[in-house]
Amino acid sequence: MKRKKTYSPNFIMGLVITGAMLLLVLAGFIYTPYDITKMDSTAKLAAPSLKHLMGCDNFGRDIFSRVLKGMGNTFVIAAATVTIGTVGGVIIGAFTGYFGGLLDEVLMRVNDVVFAFPSILLALVFVSIFGTGKYNVIGALGIAFIPSFARIVRGEFIKYREMDYVKSARLAGVGQLRIIFVHILPNAMPVLLSSIMIGFNNAVLAEAGMSYLGIGVQPPSASLGSMLSESQTYLFSAPWYALFPGLMIILMVLGLSLLADAGK
Amino acid sequence: MRYIGKKLAAMIITLLCISFLVYLAFDLIPGDAALAALGTDATPESLAALREQLGLNRPFLERYLEWLVHFLCGDFGTSYKYHMPVADMIVSKLPITVIMAVISFFMMVVISLPVGIYTAKHSGRRIDRFVMALNQVVMSVPHFFMGILITYLFGMLLKFFTPGGFVSYETDFWGFLSYIIFPCFAIALPKIAMSVKLLRSSCIEESKKDYVRTAYSKGNNTNKVLYRHVLRNAIIPVITLWGMTLADMLVGSIVIEQVFNIPGIGRILLTSISYRDYPVVEAVIVLIAFVVIVTNFVVDVIYQLVDPRISV
Repeated sequence: MKRKKTYSPNFIMGLVITGAMLLLVLAGFIYTPYDITKMDSTAKLAAPSLKHLMGCDNFGRDIFSRVLKGMGNTFVIAAATVTIGTVGGVIIGAFTGYFGGLLDEVLMRVNDVVFAFPSILLALVFVSIFGTGKYNVIGALGIAFIPSFARIVRGEFIKYREMDYVKSARLAGVGQLRIIFVHILPNAMPVLLSSIMIGFNNAVLAEAGMSYLGIGVQPPSASLGSMLSESQTYLFSAPWYALFPGLMIILMVLGLSLLADAGK
Repeated sequence: MRYIGKKLAAMIITLLCISFLVYLAFDLIPGDAALAALGTDATPESLAALREQLGLNRPFLERYLEWLVHFLCGDFGTSYKYHMPVADMIVSKLPITVIMAVISFFMMVVISLPVGIYTAKHSGRRIDRFVMALNQVVMSVPHFFMGILITYLFGMLLKFFTPGGFVSYETDFWGFLSYIIFPCFAIALPKIAMSVKLLRSSCIEESKKDYVRTAYSKGNNTNKVLYRHVLRNAIIPVITLWGMTLADMLVGSIVIEQVFNIPGIGRILLTSISYRDYPVVEAVIVLIAFVVIVTNFVVDVIYQLVDPRISV
């Protein structure tokens, strides 16, 4: 076994991009150069300059500040979504995979039904019933993400439940819950971790898509998706308005997918 | 045949569950057809009378079954806002969405097959590394932003099409096609990147196997081994991916339609949501879900024909 790890350039690049994005998100929580709702009528659609790093939007608001806040919103929503998906998926997947039987059959059928229902449609159902907003997006996407996690975790538990170390733990009188969460779950971690990263990316893309459609984070809050939607009107005269929010989504997703790839 | 039967049964159950859940969800929303018809200042007596007349106070299951039967017969209910049958509203729009999904799908297959095979053949060379890097970036672009980039590049800078100048297929079919090709490209690009990556790695993985060495030792040349032996096995996971993306593309066009200002199913869905026109929302969502699920079923069946080893 060669234990010494040499990191691939892709991994390092992923690490650098993700690190930079995290820094920007954190910075955005603490400080933005301008107030994100402050309108400067003299700077409408101003081009990028030292004063406004990414230019200004049609109301004269600083795009860089709005991008920082928007990234923060996207990050929080994606993180919450993936947390719901992972926790729900691990609980369902662990119990169905470990115990099998009728419960497994029933839950997996339900899983298939939710899985077959496209996540953006589920989000649209949520929004039309509960109204638009951040928490409804989190709820809808979180539920939509549970089945894929459940499926992965279940597969892992089926693989491990008949292994010798699990059997010996059972013989030694270890409780079922302890076997599930202390003995088996850590072994499922590598697979789970890479699906968490992929899930996070999907959540970022889904959130951006929903706020682009105007059913996610509501104005005057900033979000990358709704900035892109607004920017389209001014695409010809102010292409940078579309470019920067889009670029940030790409970098967030690219960084994590490089990491997830290297993890395999 | 047993496999198909089993899949068919599973599909029908899924369809029933989804239509039931969606109907239930929309039934729980306060406000109903009677309130929508008479407005908020109607007297309770007239509301009760209309509810009686429309059969809204029958048991839930009875109403669901009636709705389902009507739905399956093509009667999707009546819009609250426009007071016209939902079916009439969507019948001319559905082809737009479906044609877009189909064109995107063919774009994906036609582009990703040669690129995937080429990069697999030349893996490790400079061109392969370049394509793979490009691939990784393209995969990270949300498709609506890809749409914006395409609008800017092809629409505004190169003037290949007029942004926002959509014409319906009913008035000018070629004009429709030459516009639709750009949103389709936006939908297809991320999927092309995915399938190139998968096809490449699958080909490389497959060519390490023993039977490939045997094929070479029998005196076959590289191309023959690649097309006759390797590709046949390597393509199987790619077909699975394609099957899943077909459904993605249908749903993805909801968003892309907004980018390119196309009045398709997505537009109807979004405006109905903002007007709280529930019968329309309900019908469109169930309809899209049905199309997606039936597509997945067809893909499963085709998949089984391609690879008979799969049987559940």
